[in-house]
Amino acid sequence: MTVPATGAGAARRRGAWGALAYLVPALVVFGVFIFWPLVKSVLLSVQGTDILGNPSGFVGLVNYSKLFSDPDFLTVLWVTFAFTILTVVPSIAIALFIALLLQTRIRGVRFFRTAFALPFAFSVATASVIFGVLFNPASGVLNGLLSHLGVDKVQWLTNPDLALWSVSGATVWMQIGYNLLVLSAGLGALPEDVLEAARLDGASGLRLQRSIIMPLITPQLFFLVVVGTIHSLQSFGQIRILTVGGPENRTTTLVYSIYEQAFANNNSNYGYASAQAMVLLLIVLIITAVQFGVLERRVFYR
Amino acid sequence: MRSRRGGNLVTYLILGVVFLVVLFPVYYGLVGSFMGERDTNSFPPALWPTHGLHPDNYSSALRIIPLGSQYLTSVGQTLGIMVGQLVTSILAAYAFVFLPLRWRGFWFAVFLSTMMIPFESIIIPNYLLISSLGLKDTIAGLTLPFLATGFGTFLLRQSFLSFPMELRDAARVDGAGNFRFLFSILVPLSRPSLAALGIWSALSAWNMYFWPLLATEDPKHQTIQIGISQLQSSDGDSPGMVLAGVMLALFPTLLLVIFGQRFIVRGLTTGAVK
Repeated sequence: MTVPATGAGAARRRGAWGALAYLVPALVVFGVFIFWPLVKSVLLSVQGTDILGNPSGFVGLVNYSKLFSDPDFLTVLWVTFAFTILTVVPSIAIALFIALLLQTRIRGVRFFRTAFALPFAFSVATASVIFGVLFNPASGVLNGLLSHLGVDKVQWLTNPDLALWSVSGATVWMQIGYNLLVLSAGLGALPEDVLEAARLDGASGLRLQRSIIMPLITPQLFFLVVVGTIHSLQSFGQIRILTVGGPENRTTTLVYSIYEQAFANNNSNYGYASAQAMVLLLIVLIITAVQFGVLERRVFYR
Repeated sequence: MRSRRGGNLVTYLILGVVFLVVLFPVYYGLVGSFMGERDTNSFPPALWPTHGLHPDNYSSALRIIPLGSQYLTSVGQTLGIMVGQLVTSILAAYAFVFLPLRWRGFWFAVFLSTMMIPFESIIIPNYLLISSLGLKDTIAGLTLPFLATGFGTFLLRQSFLSFPMELRDAARVDGAGNFRFLFSILVPLSRPSLAALGIWSALSAWNMYFWPLLATEDPKHQTIQIGISQLQSSDGDSPGMVLAGVMLALFPTLLLVIFGQRFIVRGLTTGAVK
């Protein structure tokens, strides 16, 4: 292996450029469909839009100042916030409850595990359409079951005070499968010796769960809070399919509002919609930064 | 012993109730797809078929929307995205792990940064780009923006990092070049990770909603996900038929989740996908 030094240097230099070639296919896709659109979004957000949807010149931060003085947009932010809380917290709590139940050593656990993961196979469209049928006020199963309890027909999706809860409920259902898979994987990887030692010390049932298991799966719980929040912020399909943002905009979240301004009814209000898209981006970036920077250190990692 | 058995009984009871509640939408989707209007449109609606089975719901669904061609579109979109993501991720992950890459840290940060940008925040320029290229209603328009993935590259990099270096050196001594090593040694030996990435890509591509909604207009060229949501609004009076459409769209991913679960779990905690 005695190669002249200059030759090796040249080969290594060639190798370094050759190595970059392997990244090029991915980088081209990222450049054209992520990074350039990102720049374009920023540019669109500081321009006006004519009725045909073409940029009509630089307007500075007008779109942004319009946003934050628009009461409708403040409602959008509030709805987005409420929707996130109403989906992330229950979907993690329910999945955790099921995951802990499946921890007990009983027959048939494998069957239950597979069955409970089934909601994971549903797309936002398939799940939403099924829930649309269940929520149907005139002949839906939900009202059918409630009628046996003597409850009058509930307008699940058209009652302004209820619609967001209904859409959130459907979304919680869509999230359970994924959360359960993550938590089950975390619980499955718990060190058996620690659990055994705790059992020998007399810890059982609730005590074992609260003092031993919960601290050990905080990384998974934290991961789910972050991923779930980002995922909820991006929700679109269930709102479009179930409520179209209504009634009275009570289910218009940030992403749905972007869709409405830019695409619904040929609005083509790209400048204003892009400013909202930048708000979405900023929120997601802040959450990601918090994940990496502040909280990750406080979570119990083994 | 007795208290243990009693505890188990309670566990079964709770599990059973949770099972019924959580899986009811799955049950009703399946059973409802075989129910006629006399069952679904009465009040209170039947919970199981009391007026005969109606497999014709499926043929009606196929008649009302061009479900056949939508199925093909979805298959094309899914295969395109899956193969594209596998190829670009394999190549990039290989360079990150095995090649003398200059500015490795910088490029890796570039790849990771793509995972932090929600597609919804850049969907407008993407839409304008695809429609100005005349790619609306095409498979190209449905797939192009998703042919590379930071998540996939990250997943494969983690797997390649655990590849035994001795094997790599042995292959090099035997005169295997980059491509020889990559495709006849590394790829075959990394099948579980590639399967994990493949399944994740396929699931998310098949289930996509927002982008196909924008990138297609002609019902013939829409994906099945858009198709079934139109089915709902075009015929809300026949829930059985609507649910039949849902079942058809659901079938492939249901199989993936039942039989590919261990691969799905492998990809789970690697990054924030879905």
